[in-house]
Amino acid sequence: MPTVSMTVNGKQVSGEVDARKLLVEFLRENLLLTGTHVGCDTSQCGACVVHVDGRSVKSCTMLAVMADGASVTTIEGMASGETMHPMQEAFREQHGLQCGFCTPGMVMSAVDLVAVNPDPSEAEIRHWLGGNICRCTGYHNIVEAVRDGAARMRALGKAAAE
Amino acid sequence: MSNVTGIGVSVKRKEDKRFLMGRGNYTDDIARPGMTHGYILRSPHAHAKINAIDTTEAEKAPGVVAIFTGKDMAADGVGSVPCGWLITQKDGSPMNEPAHPPLVVDRVRHVGDQVALIVAESLAQAKDAAELIEIDYEEMPATVGVASAATGPLVHDEVAGNLCYDWEIGDAAAVAEAFSKAHHITKIDVTNNRLIPNAMEPRAYIGEFDKGTGEYTLYTTSQNPHVIRLLMGAFVLNIPEHKLRVVAPDVGGGFGSKIFHYAEEAIVTWAAPKVGRPIKWTAERSESFMSDAHGRDHVSHAELALAEDGTFLGFKVETTANMGAYLSTFATSVPTYLYATLLAGVYKTPAIHCNVKSYFTNTVPVDAYRGAGRPEATYLIERIVDKAAREMGLDRVEIRRKNFIPIDAFPYQTPVALQYDSGNYFATLDRAEDMADVAGFPARKAEAAKRGKLRGLGYSTYVEACGIAPSAVVGSLGARAGLFESAVVRVHPTGGVTIFTGSHSHGQGHETTFAQLVSETLGIPLENVEISHGDTNKVPFGMGTYGSRSLAVGGEALMKAMNKVVEKARKIAAHVLETAVEDVDFKDGVFTVAGTDKAMPFAQVALTAYVPHNFPHDQLEPGLEEQAFYDPMNFTYPGGCHICEVEVDPDTGVTQVVGMTAVDDVGNVVNPMIVHGQIHGGLAQGIGQALLEECVYDESGQIVTGSYMDYAMPRADAFPSFKVDNCVTECTHNSLGVKGCGEVGAIGSPPSVINAVLDALLDVGVTDISMPATPAKVWAAIQGAKTAQAAE
Repeated sequence: MPTVSMTVNGKQVSGEVDARKLLVEFLRENLLLTGTHVGCDTSQCGACVVHVDGRSVKSCTMLAVMADGASVTTIEGMASGETMHPMQEAFREQHGLQCGFCTPGMVMSAVDLVAVNPDPSEAEIRHWLGGNICRCTGYHNIVEAVRDGAARMRALGKAAAE
Repeated sequence: MSNVTGIGVSVKRKEDKRFLMGRGNYTDDIARPGMTHGYILRSPHAHAKINAIDTTEAEKAPGVVAIFTGKDMAADGVGSVPCGWLITQKDGSPMNEPAHPPLVVDRVRHVGDQVALIVAESLAQAKDAAELIEIDYEEMPATVGVASAATGPLVHDEVAGNLCYDWEIGDAAAVAEAFSKAHHITKIDVTNNRLIPNAMEPRAYIGEFDKGTGEYTLYTTSQNPHVIRLLMGAFVLNIPEHKLRVVAPDVGGGFGSKIFHYAEEAIVTWAAPKVGRPIKWTAERSESFMSDAHGRDHVSHAELALAEDGTFLGFKVETTANMGAYLSTFATSVPTYLYATLLAGVYKTPAIHCNVKSYFTNTVPVDAYRGAGRPEATYLIERIVDKAAREMGLDRVEIRRKNFIPIDAFPYQTPVALQYDSGNYFATLDRAEDMADVAGFPARKAEAAKRGKLRGLGYSTYVEACGIAPSAVVGSLGARAGLFESAVVRVHPTGGVTIFTGSHSHGQGHETTFAQLVSETLGIPLENVEISHGDTNKVPFGMGTYGSRSLAVGGEALMKAMNKVVEKARKIAAHVLETAVEDVDFKDGVFTVAGTDKAMPFAQVALTAYVPHNFPHDQLEPGLEEQAFYDPMNFTYPGGCHICEVEVDPDTGVTQVVGMTAVDDVGNVVNPMIVHGQIHGGLAQGIGQALLEECVYDESGQIVTGSYMDYAMPRADAFPSFKVDNCVTECTHNSLGVKGCGEVGAIGSPPSVINAVLDALLDVGVTDISMPATPAKVWAAIQGAKTAQAAE
């Protein structure tokens, strides 16, 4: 079996995997990082979104061996200790989650959106989230949360720059 | 304290942090020691006889632990997956209730029917082995659509005409009399499209058996673990409750689809002791499409008799409903007691009759999906009301107002069994019209026309029955269980409180809302309250969460248990403060003695309860823990008005929802943020039904919409931001005055969307469109109308 090595949430990890093992399976089964979810089998739902080398990726569309040498961040790696990432905090403040199942993918996707578009409009947020399905919220509060999260991230970036 | 965390405050949710940080504990996240993986081999055919199953090669495949078929389960005496609601037909005979084996023995009846369980060291190995199983299928012709089910091939040989039941409600003679006096009769044929619930977390189960204690454990993605324990233990596997633990941990959405006892739960639980190791099974999404109970799927013809001034005189309805291949847990109640009893809607129609025929087909079982029967009733009523107004040249809002049940008519007895306790349909309509800026609509329509777009406005004024359900009522109607709820309030020695509730949260936020009730009632901080749910070994009993019942039934049970706690605590305080119990007041978390400065905070009473050095033991027991069961007197009746505004592009048929306003009366509101979130979600599912979603089968019984590539799950860009508000009339028969909010969005909205589409298309001559109003359908309707006009 092939061996893969990668950095996950800042830690160096490696393991032997079946060549057909998906990245999401490696994260969930080998590393026990179960915050990344699997909601479909056609790469539509986005519950499995993680960051690979800083960009959002559906971890069910990538084999574990394809992430060899990469830097992967999962939802478990977003907070600083017990202090949530501004986007996580915004989701809580705006009631942007109900059952929580799609939430990790939503947060990871939203953070990547703000990285490329620091002040997205409602239409841009709704368009960007086309690859993340939520059945609970009707997206209303998710849109509010992403907008709020973007504002918090901008404020933090501004504070860091000053 | 109560003004910060009590009733009526949008407290941020206690459960969010764990979900947001990836610390949830969903069933598929659980790995038990020595766990194996199960894969269920499913039927690729809608209807076929199984002549032989050969597992020889598969058993030799790498990693395979065991393979089981229906013959193994049958040989073990495993029972049929039961149906929880017996419908008595109009001739007095019981419904037809064919057997539903968890694994089939010699015949498959729908694509996705369970044929074999393969247990292996890894899921990949189990799937590899499944490919080596040889099955000799002899295909049979299938019955697919409900409209032709009566004359189709028999799904069950013993069920003639595929008829599950022929049932009626209402007074046919009174309706005939009303129709004989009608000035106008409006007729309509509608289909309530079949939907696939699609909770984002696929179903998942882990079956486990402890050889030492003889105890089974099932981890399950269920909305009601105690119900699963009862149904599976007593009726399928013959395991007594004290040897069966059912745990429903964090559950990723349900919408009804996780109420039911599913075959796979029984399969993994039954097989666990046979392999001597835990077995996990998790549905792939494509399995969900062919094995989760579907929703809706009604075809109806209705006629409304009206007087010259638009007063409704009588309403008669003929409905056929699809049960699928087997009866799911609550399937039979959906097109009957959850549907036809709502056909009065918000109107004082004096005579109503409805005949429902439910049929078996070679499709996935159909059962309750968010709203369950009430959306079907609402859609039918609100479509025909709009049509009647149009035919008679009356204003669609005025015809509604004219026929609304008057504010002073409550409690109002409908002609179809229900008695509405409270409501004010005028208030919700007025508020919704205001919020939707109906007055500004003509200008918006004119502006849209300049851009070549057709703009329409649609109304839905609705009522529903939830808070399911009064046991006496549902029992008399055929429910095989009472639908009460239980709660235990355990006060700990240092003043913290754990609530054990039979309600189950799978997104609704009980950990917050129920904690708010505790904070308000006992006067303690929110962080001192823990809500425990979903484990039959922790919670003594429960009926679970569905039918918008958690607060109205589970919350009431909690209030009742807390009242008992306060009464006992009052006795303890009286003892310590050396006064009569009657003289002890309790307010804001402090026991006081009237007319004195004697006081004792709740936490101090709690500690005293557990260190009772001088209790009069003949009068006062140590400890502070109480249990209560609450069985409601009646259903609760949320209602309201939804107004939808759409823009249709006549060149493409694309409909965009540009405004969605919902004003719902859900009674008193504990947490407005959570209530509005529930309504948002319901609206999205309602708009999804109206414009996007449909489960499509081809003629052979194959699911055409079997993945997210084909089934139009609503994405973020399908919706505008919603405008949501509440008007309040209190429920008159529960202490909190609450009604329930989980389903209103999905119940009220679909007809508002379709009425808006038809309003938009009025100018181009389109008078009917079916759900989902897809671009192709809308475009074809526009072209058809153009052709018809050209021919005239």
